[in-house]
Amino acid sequence: MIAVKDRLRAEPKSRWRFPVTLEGMLYLLPSIVLFAVFLFYPMFKTIYLSLFLTDAQGNAQIFVGLEHYSQLLSSPSFRASLKATVLFVLYTVPAGVILALGLALLANQKLKGIGFFRTLFSSTMGMSVAASSVIWLFIYNPAIGIANTIMTTLGLQEMQWLLNPDTALISVAIPTIWMNTGFSFLILLGGLHNIDASLYESGKIAGVSDFYSLRKITLPLLSPTLLFIVTVSLINSFQTFGQIDILTKGGPMESTNVIVYSIFKDAFVNFNIGSASAQAVLLFAFILIVTILQFKWSEKKVHYQ
Amino acid sequence: MTRKKKFLLYALLIVSSFVMFFPILYAFSISFMQGGEVLRGKIIPSGLSFTNYEAAMQKVPLLRYLFNSFVVSTLIMAGQVVFSCLAAFAFTFIPFKGRNLLFLIFISTMMIPWEATMVPNFQTIRALGWTDTYAGLSVPFFAMAFGTFLLRQQFKTIPLEMYEATQVAGVSRFQFLWKVVLPVSKTTLVTLAIYCFLNAWNMYLWPLLVTNDERMRTVQIGLKQMQSQEVSTEWGVVMAGAVLVILPTLILLFAGQKRLQEGLTRGAIK
Repeated sequence: MIAVKDRLRAEPKSRWRFPVTLEGMLYLLPSIVLFAVFLFYPMFKTIYLSLFLTDAQGNAQIFVGLEHYSQLLSSPSFRASLKATVLFVLYTVPAGVILALGLALLANQKLKGIGFFRTLFSSTMGMSVAASSVIWLFIYNPAIGIANTIMTTLGLQEMQWLLNPDTALISVAIPTIWMNTGFSFLILLGGLHNIDASLYESGKIAGVSDFYSLRKITLPLLSPTLLFIVTVSLINSFQTFGQIDILTKGGPMESTNVIVYSIFKDAFVNFNIGSASAQAVLLFAFILIVTILQFKWSEKKVHYQ
Repeated sequence: MTRKKKFLLYALLIVSSFVMFFPILYAFSISFMQGGEVLRGKIIPSGLSFTNYEAAMQKVPLLRYLFNSFVVSTLIMAGQVVFSCLAAFAFTFIPFKGRNLLFLIFISTMMIPWEATMVPNFQTIRALGWTDTYAGLSVPFFAMAFGTFLLRQQFKTIPLEMYEATQVAGVSRFQFLWKVVLPVSKTTLVTLAIYCFLNAWNMYLWPLLVTNDERMRTVQIGLKQMQSQEVSTEWGVVMAGAVLVILPTLILLFAGQKRLQEGLTRGAIK
């Protein structure tokens, strides 16, 4: 006993400490447990369920292998859903990123009162999908909404917006772009702030045009931020749900039945959980492929400071 | 800058901010109109009347919805910030075996779309008896890879010598986290908190799935409910509801806009 005490006094640092791995795990435990329970387990369960026929509660009953997948891929309804999803991504992502970039470039000017404009540009970040959709539902109202008022003022024909299968998807895409702009704008503006101002100074001394310095200085140096925004917008776009639920409910004629809405309907309205799970697995696969492609591409094209 | 260019920039700024902000102004404007004005397709109300707001409060328990959303968003925000802090700290300052692999797994969770897991998650919540509870609405979202990533970027800016010095002095790691790391990272923490709160406040699909009880609904679902009940008749009332739903987040955003922008880009690009 005495010997131990002496040793402790001689080397105070050798008192017992937590093994380092255990300590690290302890800090990570809350996140790991939650990821395990609410992300990894359900992801595997989804894959598992996609191979079965289930009862209405979602308990696996009969093993059917890849039946759900082959049924989905040959079903015109699912193909329409895929088409709507891809079109929706194409409508929203490029336009949204370009709009946000334009606004960020505009708001990056050193002008009096620019803070006010920045606040207005970022305001849609505070808009929830439910509130935005309700507002746009009214804007699109064929009889009393402002969309048709603008059309008639411009001397154009009134439109049925959300009620016409040809225009419904675009009409949902516009509010989506609007909603996402706030966030993309804020991130891009921050990216612009981080670009060293002296680069522009030397550009100015060399007498290059604004457009040239945008192409040769701004865009290359902004490319990591742009890549981030493109990735986030793509993933968000694949996951669109709320605006569809409020604006169109997937109609008219399934023209806006994007994949997450289709999963929701199959799982919670039709109780066809096996098929919903198969669609969820496909969604996961799409997002995985898109993300990997982005990173592959970014290794070549993105310029890191 | 020449005067002509300045003029052009201001013109562009005014036009584009008007277009961007117009839907919000429009909602405010409609919310003050009486039924007849709305149906005539007017844009500016004839007076400031709050009757629509009173009606909205009476039709649905809007205050209760706001309260629910506030509780759920605060819980999610707190959970995400605390859990992200702990995880990010381990990934930065505790050199345990398998750290890099584990970090990669954390980051890879960002690629799993939450919607792909919603059916089993719904079953889990039901099995736990958590439907129509604050726990069911919030706990599944406490772990957050983006938050961990963002905070790790911030923690990495703290010099390692500082950490080593405290280790020699015999300060425990947790004290180091509490006394040094967190105070230094205040800006990023506030950013993350605002971001988490906004996202949680705006959640739509999950509350739709796990709440059936009127008293447990969040504002987003309440608003959808109100809209589907009222649709053709009283747009003014629905818009008043929408305005009440967006006010808290708009105020939060306007107050924290600058900080949010600085803090978020730090994580996004470095």
